[in-house]
Amino acid sequence: MGKRFWPWLWFLLGASYFLVPLYATFDFSLRARRGELTFAAYANVLRDIKFVESFSFSLQTALATIVVSALVIVPTAYWVQLRLPRLRPVVEFFTLLPFVVPAVVLVFSLARTYSRTPLTDSREGLWVLLVGSYVVLSFPYMYRAVDTGLRSINIHDLTEAAQSLGAGWPTILMRVIFPNVYVSLLSGAFITFAIVMGEFTIAALLAQPAFGPYMNLLASSKVYEPSALAIISFGLTWAAIAAIQWIGQGTQARLVGPR
Amino acid sequence: MALLTRAKTGQPFSGRRGVSWRWLGVVPFFAFVAAFLIWPTLSIIGQSFLDQQRNLTLQNILQLGQPFIVAAYVYSLQLSAVTALGGGLLGGLLAYAVTIGGLPRPLRSAVMSFSGVASNFAGVPLAFAFIATLGQLGIVTQWLRSVGVNLYPAFSLYSFWGLSIVYIYFQIPLMVLIMAPALEGMRREWREASESLGASTRQFWRYVGLPILLPSILGTMVLLFGNAFGAHATAFQLTGGGSQGNVVTILIGAQISSDALSNPGLGNALALGMIVIMGVTIGLYTWLQRRSARWLRS
Amino acid sequence: MAFLEITGVRKSFGASVAVESFHLAVARGEFVSFLGPSGCGKTTTLRMVAGFEKPTSGRIVIDGVDVTDTPPNRRNVGMVFQSYALFPNMTVADNIGFGLKVARRPAGEIQERVTELLRIIHMPEYGRSYPYQLSGGQQQRVALARALAIQPKLLLLDEPLSALDAKIRASLRQEIRDIQRQLGITTIYVTHDQEEAMALSDRIVVMSRGRIEQVGTPFEVYNFPATRFVASFVGTLNVLQATVADAATGRLSVQGQEIRVARPLPEHAPGASVGVAIRPELISLDGQAGHDANRLSGTVADVTFLGPIVRVQMHLSGDVLHIDIFNNPQLRPPQPGAPITVRFAPDACLVLDDA
Repeated sequence: MGKRFWPWLWFLLGASYFLVPLYATFDFSLRARRGELTFAAYANVLRDIKFVESFSFSLQTALATIVVSALVIVPTAYWVQLRLPRLRPVVEFFTLLPFVVPAVVLVFSLARTYSRTPLTDSREGLWVLLVGSYVVLSFPYMYRAVDTGLRSINIHDLTEAAQSLGAGWPTILMRVIFPNVYVSLLSGAFITFAIVMGEFTIAALLAQPAFGPYMNLLASSKVYEPSALAIISFGLTWAAIAAIQWIGQGTQARLVGPR
Repeated sequence: MALLTRAKTGQPFSGRRGVSWRWLGVVPFFAFVAAFLIWPTLSIIGQSFLDQQRNLTLQNILQLGQPFIVAAYVYSLQLSAVTALGGGLLGGLLAYAVTIGGLPRPLRSAVMSFSGVASNFAGVPLAFAFIATLGQLGIVTQWLRSVGVNLYPAFSLYSFWGLSIVYIYFQIPLMVLIMAPALEGMRREWREASESLGASTRQFWRYVGLPILLPSILGTMVLLFGNAFGAHATAFQLTGGGSQGNVVTILIGAQISSDALSNPGLGNALALGMIVIMGVTIGLYTWLQRRSARWLRS
Repeated sequence: MAFLEITGVRKSFGASVAVESFHLAVARGEFVSFLGPSGCGKTTTLRMVAGFEKPTSGRIVIDGVDVTDTPPNRRNVGMVFQSYALFPNMTVADNIGFGLKVARRPAGEIQERVTELLRIIHMPEYGRSYPYQLSGGQQQRVALARALAIQPKLLLLDEPLSALDAKIRASLRQEIRDIQRQLGITTIYVTHDQEEAMALSDRIVVMSRGRIEQVGTPFEVYNFPATRFVASFVGTLNVLQATVADAATGRLSVQGQEIRVARPLPEHAPGASVGVAIRPELISLDGQAGHDANRLSGTVADVTFLGPIVRVQMHLSGDVLHIDIFNNPQLRPPQPGAPITVRFAPDACLVLDDA
């Protein structure tokens, strides 16, 4: 057992760095009333009409982002793998660019470049900019997920089989390729969901009534509610990641099963 | 494989209407990237070399020499370096513990999924978690006070070291997520071969283990550096996000709202500086990644 | 006094027993193979000799020193792995010199030794290459040189050729044997390939389910298998079901046809069921001559022309008999469906007790 001393030490150190702040937040969120533990702060948050509004705004934004991202990425990844394999490094490079261009630089560039156009002068325009930036941010995760998914099935043979049975391109994409990658697509979608729901920088700088800026607003005016909100937001991210893992396990079972 | 693929793909369709139509398939993607990423970024880079009359100038770049901007860059670079090192060290040790350290398997998957969550933790939730922990009334602060250690007023969550501690919270999990697979790529046979040749554990790590892992470790730390350098929400929450902010990202953010002010060139130059640093960072990361991939191929 | 002595070694992982009552004495300079199917305990035994696994009970003595509790880095044993396990961050020369470097030998001596070993493995110009630039066969030769560089008391090879393709396997096999002879190093070689084991070894240890089935020279193991397992695992073998007709004279009945074996079978009652094993190459086609020969008649089921050898399958009311004959341009091979009679000597028959 003495041999395992150091690993255990590092583990406990890491675990406390992770867990103590969470515990502290949770503990703090329960102290809205002096001398008792209460969920009052949670009730206040959930009752706040601005919470409901900003949450549903971010929810819609996240869903829009996922749909647009999937519509762009699935055909691209498919086409690159099937017809343009030489283009793969190029596409990969572009999907990784959001790591080079931080969110704050991205939103700054967008705001400057499209200033005095309908994109920045109207509410709808700004929302388009918001979803557009989120879609770009989602590319690294979505492309990698879908590309891996496509690689695990033999899309050449599937496509040629479908063609030989008389299927056209829309049919092939929707009824053959899409059902086969939707599991990996879902895992990319959940990461995107988690990122969009908590995103602050882009939403705030585009002055959008999203969940992230709402949390920031609440943080400057309330004491206990932000902690409750932090726990809720953490739970949300956790749920998204749990969903990925759960789906991921399903995939493995599916892949192993028939063989 | 690549050859085979090409041979297979070339035939059925290319003959029909010439090759050029194949590019159509990726047009939506490139159009999107161009509209929402490339064009804005390039235009900012270009504009940072133009004055308001659209003449070529270096004036904007030279403005970066102002003391408060240099200070912000230095502050950001230091913060990124410190948190990359600290997060890299702690995250690396944690990744080691749950992979080849021999801890029970369930701990590994628990740490991995938790890291997935925690690496996305930023902004308000993260700031409040640490205010509840290390703020004036935080749990750890109070506990330390009860054993006779007063953090305040020497320490502040809003200081450099306070910010570093908060940043490390999302740096550790990123390190774990990237290093765990690399550590698992270490083959048991290397350890055994080294042992049978007479090497001690220390000699194994010195001559074999660490050199093999070094490109991955360095690469991941470079990535952490970029991750911290580009972070905005957490710093905004903790420092208030004023135009006199001490972190570069805050300065850039402030430039958006102060668009009407007289000096749009400065924001462009700030963004350019950021892009250059991030570009170097990612380039370095890619180079290191390739190096370790080459070694671990066989 | 044997050079390597393994006495009563047993290894269990939890409830499952990997190796049991393993006794073996290996002489200095001997080349011994552990042969058996995967999971038979051969690799576990080798890893216990190397020190990577600790025996649950039993002793291991190398050159008069009990090393049972010695860690692997103090055993001075060279190990070659199936996956080469070269250190990817080092050049070929650094890999080979690694053992001497950690032993803090002077740089000049290391260089000298590395050069010598590069010559022995016929790769003198590869010192500055990195492992990823080498083919599998070259990598394994470097791994062999690395193991030899420390002048180990024992050389252990764990399926070193399994990851290579057939042609390289054959040439490297010969090279390993040559180097071993040249250096006179005591060697243990683990393999599941019986041809490899026979081509290389002074003696073969055949293992199955954690136990030794037989220890002997390739000649002994092939011609006089001690158990039914050895008989079936080493080489191809026909096993005919027979009943004892007359135990005293060794007469048996195979599907109604009578054959004789070379020894009486006092341990069997008349009518008892036994297995008779015959190597395909000990059966010949011509039904004539040899008054003491056994004869069996049937029909030709299939003929496979393998070049130097022609393999005939004969139907014998239910049983199939394989017969290997040398190719002879003057003799047409029999046609499928034709009646055929084969002949073999009584002492080619091996009676398997555990039928």
